[in-house]
Amino acid sequence: MAEERRPKQCTVVLPTESMKAMAESIGVGQLQEESCVALSEEVSYRIKEIAQDALKFMHHGKRRKLTTNDIDNALKLKNVEPLYGFQSQEFIPFRFASGGGRELHFYEEKEVDLSDIINTPLPRVPLDVSLKAHWLSIEGVQPSIPENPPPAPKEQQKVESTEPLKVVKPGQEEDGTVQGKGQGATAADGKGKEKGLIRLKPRSTHELSVEQQLYYKEITEACVGSCEAKRAEALQSIATDPGLYQMLPRFSTFISEGVRVNVVQNNLALLIYLMRMVKALMDNPTLYLEKYLHELIPAVVTCIVSKQLCLRPDVDNHWALRDFAARLMAQSCKTFSTTTNNIQSRITKTFTKSWLDEKTQWTTRYGCIAGLAELGADVIKTLILPRLTVEGARIKAVMEGPVVSNIDKIGADHVQSLLLKHCASVIAKIRPQPDNVEQYRIDYGYLGPMLCSHVMKARTQAALQAQQVNRTTLTITQPRPTLTVSQSGLSGSAGPRTPSIIKVPSSLTLMSPRPGTPSQPSPPATKYIVMATSAGPASTQQFLCLDFHHQISEDQITVSNGSKEKCN
Amino acid sequence: MAAVQGGLVDAVEKKDIKTEPSEDSGGNNNANDGRLLSPPPGSSASAPGGNKPPAGAPEDQQTLLAVLQFLRKNNLAESVEILRREAGLPEDALDLKAGDSAGAEDASSLLSRVTVSSSAAAQAPTKAVEDQPDVNVVLSAYSQQGDPALYGVYYSGLKRFIESVLDCHRAELSQVFYPLFVHMYLELVYNNHENEAKVFFEKFSGDQECYYEDDLRVLSSLTKKEHMRGNETLLDFRTSKFVLRISRDSYQLLKRHLQERQNNQIWNIIQEHLYIDIFDGMPRSKSQIDAMSGSLAGEAKREANKAKVYYGLLKEPEIELPLDDEDEEAENEEGKPKKKKPKKDSMGSKSKKQDPNAPSQTRIPLPELKDSDKLDKIMYMKEATKRIRLGPDNLPSICFYSFLNAYQGLTAVDFTDDSSLIAGGFADSTVRVWSVTPKKLRKVKSAADLNLIDKESDDVLERIMDEKTASESKILYGHSGPVYGISFSPDRNYLLTCSEDGTIRLWSLQTFTCLVGYKGHNYPVWDTQFSPHGYYFISGGHDRVARLWATDHYQPLRMFSGHLADITSTRFHPNSNYVVTGSSDRTIRLWDVLTGNCVRIFTGHKGPIHALAFSPNGKFLASGATDGRVLLWDIGHGLMIGELKGHTDTIYSLKFSRDGEILASGSMDNTVRLWDATKAFDDLETDDFTAATGHIHLQDNSQELLLGTYMSKSTPVIHLHFTRRNLLLAAGAYNP
Repeated sequence: MAEERRPKQCTVVLPTESMKAMAESIGVGQLQEESCVALSEEVSYRIKEIAQDALKFMHHGKRRKLTTNDIDNALKLKNVEPLYGFQSQEFIPFRFASGGGRELHFYEEKEVDLSDIINTPLPRVPLDVSLKAHWLSIEGVQPSIPENPPPAPKEQQKVESTEPLKVVKPGQEEDGTVQGKGQGATAADGKGKEKGLIRLKPRSTHELSVEQQLYYKEITEACVGSCEAKRAEALQSIATDPGLYQMLPRFSTFISEGVRVNVVQNNLALLIYLMRMVKALMDNPTLYLEKYLHELIPAVVTCIVSKQLCLRPDVDNHWALRDFAARLMAQSCKTFSTTTNNIQSRITKTFTKSWLDEKTQWTTRYGCIAGLAELGADVIKTLILPRLTVEGARIKAVMEGPVVSNIDKIGADHVQSLLLKHCASVIAKIRPQPDNVEQYRIDYGYLGPMLCSHVMKARTQAALQAQQVNRTTLTITQPRPTLTVSQSGLSGSAGPRTPSIIKVPSSLTLMSPRPGTPSQPSPPATKYIVMATSAGPASTQQFLCLDFHHQISEDQITVSNGSKEKCN
Repeated sequence: MAAVQGGLVDAVEKKDIKTEPSEDSGGNNNANDGRLLSPPPGSSASAPGGNKPPAGAPEDQQTLLAVLQFLRKNNLAESVEILRREAGLPEDALDLKAGDSAGAEDASSLLSRVTVSSSAAAQAPTKAVEDQPDVNVVLSAYSQQGDPALYGVYYSGLKRFIESVLDCHRAELSQVFYPLFVHMYLELVYNNHENEAKVFFEKFSGDQECYYEDDLRVLSSLTKKEHMRGNETLLDFRTSKFVLRISRDSYQLLKRHLQERQNNQIWNIIQEHLYIDIFDGMPRSKSQIDAMSGSLAGEAKREANKAKVYYGLLKEPEIELPLDDEDEEAENEEGKPKKKKPKKDSMGSKSKKQDPNAPSQTRIPLPELKDSDKLDKIMYMKEATKRIRLGPDNLPSICFYSFLNAYQGLTAVDFTDDSSLIAGGFADSTVRVWSVTPKKLRKVKSAADLNLIDKESDDVLERIMDEKTASESKILYGHSGPVYGISFSPDRNYLLTCSEDGTIRLWSLQTFTCLVGYKGHNYPVWDTQFSPHGYYFISGGHDRVARLWATDHYQPLRMFSGHLADITSTRFHPNSNYVVTGSSDRTIRLWDVLTGNCVRIFTGHKGPIHALAFSPNGKFLASGATDGRVLLWDIGHGLMIGELKGHTDTIYSLKFSRDGEILASGSMDNTVRLWDATKAFDDLETDDFTAATGHIHLQDNSQELLLGTYMSKSTPVIHLHFTRRNLLLAAGAYNP
């Protein structure tokens, strides 16, 4: 264990300077060098002795950390008065001082004014000790509840999805779940070591327990239901519950199917709910979504670029959904993009291709730009800025040309503000200071003058912020993707999410007496809820299956705008 | 001294120490002449002390003198007088002796640290007196010496020899390395060859087995002669002989080699500080030796484990049922045979007749059963009928009780046998009791109120309780240091706690007040436990002595001394006739309550033992230590019969299921593990025990025996308990 520590141990001795300093501090000057050496050896030995005794107290205190109390107790054991009041807020309470050619570390003891202590209000009383029971194991199987550690830690999920053949589960899972359940097949290869020649990918069973099935049903219904409070709770549960690993395939199918159906039906509200589910899944620290991206990414991309997402494109704010989904996309690119799956570059290509297409509608155009812009400053610089002139001309044609349709105009307007918003900050960084309106017009065409004013605004803001930012504390604020629905037709718009701490004795917390079918206030919401009623491969899904094929395969992500247009 | 021939045993250890200096100091004076620049003050102080007693005086008398001296020093004049008269010693004999000791004391206080001598003498007279006179005597044994520069040569010479012998002998002879290394190092340090000692240590410490690392760490910090005074580890080493088991062939080989080489230095150490237990037969293999070694003072001698142990269970008292209601009786009539069945299966030989291995019913006087105890037994039987049969295919459910907001302060936990109460001891000196059933905890009414109630009524037991005090938990204040051990009495009326403040306290769970504070341990008490039959309890702590108490005596009934370091855990045998103690000297000792003798010494752990558990049939013992291993022992044969590897940190709790089929272990590594105890014990019974030689070959089958591992969420498992229906309860504090 500490083979290499051993030789060091016999040599660690306090420096003689410390002895001198300590002697001086209690008024003994002129300590001879020899006495210093003798003292330091003695002191070092005694310190070691006390530390060894203190360890005993730590062991009996059932702790891994040595505390000052342990040292006090060890001193008491030696009949030495313990050091009273040695406690400090800081990790290392020593201060450094130098002068007169000497360097010193000392423990700063400030004079404490008792009246200060008396007059300060009492601190909050720490919570009292309480006792709480949960099931660590039920007949040999560990239930997935928040009180237990996640059955498959995130690192393991990652290893499983990136290197499926390397999976050697750490002893805990294989013995706890596999052996406990007594599943012969998995137990055999779980052992792994002796039959090591051909390593098979471990077959994972996808049976959900009754509780899990109920949970799944409750959660999915709450997520797409009408009650916002319930939804907030359900999303909170998805984002924090450690036991969702086994249900992940169901959730991902639920989302992808849900998007597929509701995009056809132009049900904006449900699409938003589904995207919020994706967000919650990504927020869950115990889940690793890599294996389910082939279902989730097409769904998200659909929500970004689909030609039509709502029934009344002129009134409804589908732009917010596109922004939100674009941010989700960017987040998943950041987390999951690797050299093998190339998610980011494939996504970028997809967006650019449809953006470049002359016939692309304003809505899709907006989505593409938003998707690209969220990917970061570099993407904006290389892909969007060069196209500003072309895009400006197109916007100009709509804005100043003959009135084509109101919808186009709104679309062009949104694209314009989107471009201004994202490009301004990037330009502010890369362009040298004097912002000349004419120069801008030359460089960026129609959008030039507006861009110029935006850039100037961005610059002053940056300057302001720089002043406010404290030298020592640098806070980085990142816009968190939030989404609020402001759709005239829907009453159940997203209110402020109330983070409620769920007290869960089991995974069934979200169970509540509820009617057989969720009652929806708005007509479009009732019709097309995807509900996987039972788990298992043959889950029956109650939705109107339209004869419409979404061309998404596991490997290729293609967003087929064309087919959707046909449908509509 | 013919140590090798087994002349001396522990019992005369004290005499042994006292007699040595007279021989040694003679040699000492001669040896000191040329070699040392200045004779070490310690040895010169001890030399006169050892020399003065009349040469050739019988050893008994010397012992007596030592005792008298001890008494005198503690101002026990009356005892001195009585003892002197009985022994027929002249008064001046004692005076002479006392004068010497005063001189020795002066010299030693000059040497030792100011703080130690002044404060220790003032505050802890027992400790100081126990240690001081011994130290001088003990240490002087090191003063004979050879050329310091040659120590390394001798050692490496022996190393070369042992490496060159046949494989079968090499493992056995390698055992010699560690004790030799330590003693040679100490000799060097004692004779002020500080630099040589340092070189010697650095050169050879790496060769030692890794499980001696903790001791080496202590040793490495010890570089000066002055440090040796008062160092406990060192005293242990010197006062107890390191025991090695070596086959006759290997021993002859070693002896021949050392005699041929005229290597007296090493030979002297072997003669004086080592006890070599020679056996006839095949030399043991490396793995066999490793399994048994690791303790502070080597393996147990074979004789130490020869005594007969009555490990069987006492006959269950036959419970008459007339005192119950009729319907209850009817239930019990059918309950009883059912209950017998599982018991019979698990315990095999257990029948209506007395178990041949059981002690007689009255060997230890046990308290009479009260009516309430009988009621409880009936409850127990009823519950037992509903007990789940456990096995590899039928694992128990585990309910985990987490202590929240304990701020790293939870130090001990216990459940009542019927699992209705939980008690926790905390580092802030408090003890808390929780009720885990809907029945709340209530105090008895005050005396004035008790006078008012109708004593004839049927529900008088209910009426005496004060409804106003009902709550889910109660806090008991009284200790002045962390509470390290906690134990409920079997009848649930009392709670026992022990603490860093050196006391053991008995609390009433009727009034929730402290009834008695048992004082005796002057140092932290690490563990305490009630006997399964109540009334008696055992405690052990830093003072290395385990004490047996009865609740109605304020002084201990028995003191079990023999451990070389802190006693870290204590447990009662299910038949209450034996207690077992685990210690930081890495040995486990089984003591007979009746005689106070140590009847078993188990070595094999490589760290302090923090968990002990007897199997329900009393035949086996499981122990867990800081090294993360669980070892299984057969008490009757005195042998290690299994090793369960898997935990990665200290094991704080062990428990057998009610029928003994499953062993559960809880550890600092946040896991509960379940082991197949039936298989572990059955596999063994087919082997024939070679009890004569006392070695056993352990197969490494931990993985097969491991039935399950259950990880908790950053909650170290510090207590485990099987309910009467075989549900496993675990407890620990959540440390976010």
